[in-house]
Amino acid sequence: MKQSAREEEWAAWLRLAMNGDAQAYNRFLIAVTPHLRAMARRRCDQYGAPASEAEDVVQEVLLAVHLKRATWDTTRPLGPWLTTIVRNKLVDSLRRRGRHAHVPIEDVADFLEAGEVSSDAADRLDTESVLARLKDPQRDIVRSISLEGKGVRETAARLKMSEVAVRVALHRALKSLAALYRSE
Amino acid sequence: MKTDDLITLMAQDAPVRLRYSRGMMLALGVGIVLSALLLTSTVGLRHNLASVVETPRVFFKIMVTVLLAVLAARLVSRIGRPGAATRLPALLLVVPVVAVSAAVFTELVALPVASWRAAWLGGNALFCLFFVPLLSLAPLAALLFILRNGAPENPTSAGAAAGLAAGAIAAAIYAWHCPDDSPLFLATWYTIAIGAVTAVGALLGRRLLRW
Repeated sequence: MKQSAREEEWAAWLRLAMNGDAQAYNRFLIAVTPHLRAMARRRCDQYGAPASEAEDVVQEVLLAVHLKRATWDTTRPLGPWLTTIVRNKLVDSLRRRGRHAHVPIEDVADFLEAGEVSSDAADRLDTESVLARLKDPQRDIVRSISLEGKGVRETAARLKMSEVAVRVALHRALKSLAALYRSE
Repeated sequence: MKTDDLITLMAQDAPVRLRYSRGMMLALGVGIVLSALLLTSTVGLRHNLASVVETPRVFFKIMVTVLLAVLAARLVSRIGRPGAATRLPALLLVVPVVAVSAAVFTELVALPVASWRAAWLGGNALFCLFFVPLLSLAPLAALLFILRNGAPENPTSAGAAAGLAAGAIAAAIYAWHCPDDSPLFLATWYTIAIGAVTAVGALLGRRLLRW
């Protein structure tokens, strides 16, 4: 697919997502991830870092895109926003891992065209240790949604919480995860 | 955690409650209103404002502080948005600087040397240094709060931009009270006050605006 057509498609999904369409958001995230992975792998290969580290970087960048998506002006093209946020987080993440990171913007700009790499590497923060560091309702909610594949409504019913409370706790949990990566 | 599990999790948190740009407008609005209320409820407007507002010095003082506030607000509203251009808004900040320099030059030509010192010191320099930073507290807090939801490339410069905007807003509001009208006063004491708020903003930004 051509870069501009792909960018249009991603932008349309992200617009729907910001209005609350979880399926469109899922499509967006699944489409973006292989490109992020290819880029992170390339960087980590340069430093001789293992693939598991690249996967951590991928997750950190995804969380940044997620937590900062409200800063995208939906009337503008997605490309410049996405490449800037990806580059900044990539640099930050690699630097924290002790890899001197100078990532020129041109390097990221072509991530829209970059090859796709699927994941076989495990990440290094395993699920149980992540869960152990979350607070109480957040932990149950994360387990229910991500590991057991339940939706927000089902999770709310099972935990005897309101849907709003589940959504709020889920959002906090994602913020905590991002903070956890930052402190790694 | 598996990346796929993380994606499942994020997908369930899809909706955005408050667009960042709207939050930024709110922050600016709230900051300006609170700061103006603080001025009117304490020291109030200048008692003879209506009769002096059209004199060149007062008119210039109000116009140039408002101009700086508008330009700095424009910069800070962009600095937390990845991919938004900040270079031109930053460069435009030289316009009020040039305007003030020209006004200072004109003032030095217009005034006899003997009265330079009195015009420069004015009557309320210390109060200006105290009150402008005080008026900037609400806008600074509101801007930093919203910027924490932003994604600034450089936390220190984002904080400085917030400090500059808050200081300029405070100055533009204080100008409606301030009885010292010489550009010499403006160029010295207002600049020190705004500079101090900018520096505080930079320090706070460095700590608070990492993401």
